[in-house]
Amino acid sequence: MKRFLGALLGAASLMSVSQALAETLTIATVNNGDMVRMQALTDEFTKKNPDITVKWVTLEENVLRQRVTTDIATKGGQFDVLTIGTYEVPIWAKQNWLLPLANLGADYDANDILPQIRAAVSADNKLYAAPFYGESSMTMYRKDLFQKAGLTMPEKPTWDFIVDAAKKITDKSKDVYGICLRGKAGWGENMAFLTAMSNSFGARWFDEKWQPQFNTPEWKDTLTTYVNLMKEAGPPGASSNGFNENLALFNAGKCGMWIDATVAASFVTNPKDSKVADQVGFAMAPNKGLGKNANWLWAWNLAIPAGSKKAAAAEKFIGWATSKDYLQLVASKDGWANVPPGTRTSLYNNPEYQKAAPFAKLTLESINSADPNQPTVKPVPYKGVQYAAIPEFQGIGTQVGQQFSAALSGATSIDAALQAAQAATEREMKRGGYIK
Amino acid sequence: MARRTTTTHAVVSTGAAWLVGLIIFFPILWMILASFKTELEAFATPPSFLFFEWTTENYGIVQERSDYMHHAMNSLTIAGGSVLIAMLFAIPAAYAMAFAPTERTRGTLLWMLSTKMMPPVGVLVPIYLVFRDLGLLDTRTGLIIVLCLGNLPIVIWMLFTYFKEIPKDILEAARMDGATILKELAFVLTPMAVPGIASTLLLNFILAWNEAFWTLNLSTSNAAPLTVFIASYSSPEGLFWAKLSAASTLAIAPILILGWFSQKQLVRGLTFGAVK
Repeated sequence: MKRFLGALLGAASLMSVSQALAETLTIATVNNGDMVRMQALTDEFTKKNPDITVKWVTLEENVLRQRVTTDIATKGGQFDVLTIGTYEVPIWAKQNWLLPLANLGADYDANDILPQIRAAVSADNKLYAAPFYGESSMTMYRKDLFQKAGLTMPEKPTWDFIVDAAKKITDKSKDVYGICLRGKAGWGENMAFLTAMSNSFGARWFDEKWQPQFNTPEWKDTLTTYVNLMKEAGPPGASSNGFNENLALFNAGKCGMWIDATVAASFVTNPKDSKVADQVGFAMAPNKGLGKNANWLWAWNLAIPAGSKKAAAAEKFIGWATSKDYLQLVASKDGWANVPPGTRTSLYNNPEYQKAAPFAKLTLESINSADPNQPTVKPVPYKGVQYAAIPEFQGIGTQVGQQFSAALSGATSIDAALQAAQAATEREMKRGGYIK
Repeated sequence: MARRTTTTHAVVSTGAAWLVGLIIFFPILWMILASFKTELEAFATPPSFLFFEWTTENYGIVQERSDYMHHAMNSLTIAGGSVLIAMLFAIPAAYAMAFAPTERTRGTLLWMLSTKMMPPVGVLVPIYLVFRDLGLLDTRTGLIIVLCLGNLPIVIWMLFTYFKEIPKDILEAARMDGATILKELAFVLTPMAVPGIASTLLLNFILAWNEAFWTLNLSTSNAAPLTVFIASYSSPEGLFWAKLSAASTLAIAPILILGWFSQKQLVRGLTFGAVK
């Protein structure tokens, strides 16, 4: 009995010692399907690394952005791993707020990361964040409505075709609208779409000397096409629609086309959530024949804040969560269709994935066709496809987005919205010291 | 004739009160209904009111993904702690201002209230730095302090209004009988102002329970209350209304029950001194 009690006490003290030695990682993340799945699989990581425990802080995107920015700027040290977008990575890396990732594991194979995504999360040839999932945007359309209207969607549609098709499909008496596009104001909402669209029209945010370009004919052409198209073939109240609102409209069978994030492909083809799951076709985002498509590039990435006291454990976690083995793990648990997309070349070469995800080829093509280093037809001084990676962009993007949303709702004219956008951007760029 | 008019008047005013009540309660009702829908039904246009396929799946998911009890206990500790500490400071302060006013009392009261006029985000960075240096980030103590300070002006104002309604003569009589200030506060003033104190306590408990700016910004996991629990169910990509509604229903349930049981006290306190 004594021996048994001794053994029990010994085991208990060993457990408490190991718990005391265990490092706890606090990970901040967004509430997206792939992130939720990662949280559910955390045990697989801690089983392999018993000296590390993981705590999750899940927040809405904008709250998370504010929360982690406050913490990293004040060196609060509340988080060991951050989930950040491709917009933040180059800015924060330049501020020395992030640690470069050099020890992600021997079999990590960083060369397997899709080149465009890798470029978006690197600075000075160093990886400052590891992509967890990546996305571009593409055209999703209703095959049944196209057939009924006698239309065939080309693999690489032009804007002229999209405008024409949207008008033909629209049947307002049946609550069916030719096209659903983002209209809700915000740099990550309507401006993500409109900036990508403007790239295909040959427009740009700034010229090489950081002069705002909203007074150019390319921007006028972009906004006029968008507003007129939405007025004629868009759903009512489109100026309040963001990703989720359009997703609900498309899933309810009310949109003929929807140009938005590639990640939506798995939502609109899921029969549990979508009434039109078996009728969805995919094509590239539209172009204007100028060599750029209207598609963006985005990735959610895991990064380590500078000054982290648990950098080694944090890097171990990032190495696990963004590895090829993690993709295999998700596939074995939830099937290949649920693997986080858009980060690794090997995933797109995998025949099992190609079979499970019919949109895989187009997602890859869309990601590859968006170049964050040369996003526009004319040269620009900034990085980023649907944003300009400068700290001022969030504020400017939202101000411009409000003007364009007002033009869509009819509260202001296209010309007045462009003038106001030009004036607001000039003011902020002068304030930021970019121009005099 | 007069009786009929009174009946009609009563019917109309009761009907109007019910209508206003329903309008105010409707968002909460809608949230509760949405929590029993599937994500697609929660987002459907036109929305279905009662005739949908009822499901408890969202509650299951929320229970599986989050530790509700951990967040609820944090909310209880933070809201309860901050209100009790605020009362300890506010009762003597309101007593002094109500029964021994000086020419600066009014200015002091207005100054206290003016601190509520500044948007909290304006002082986020300095407070974050102070909390970082004092090791108060993500602690219940830190949140109790910040919410207590945030609500203190309202608590003092409310108590001051109630105390002013109590006749000075009663306190003077107690003093003549030899009561010290502490005894006066504890045995004369407090029992007389119980409805006022109770409603101040309840109202500020609700305010602290619902506070979302500081609790979201100063906590991560250890001290995270129910506001953080709700925020974790909002998503920019993907349908989330039903799950968010389930999380919100669970978060407001304790406060709804508390409000239901204490409504008499709350109404009595809020109308204290209003009708003489």
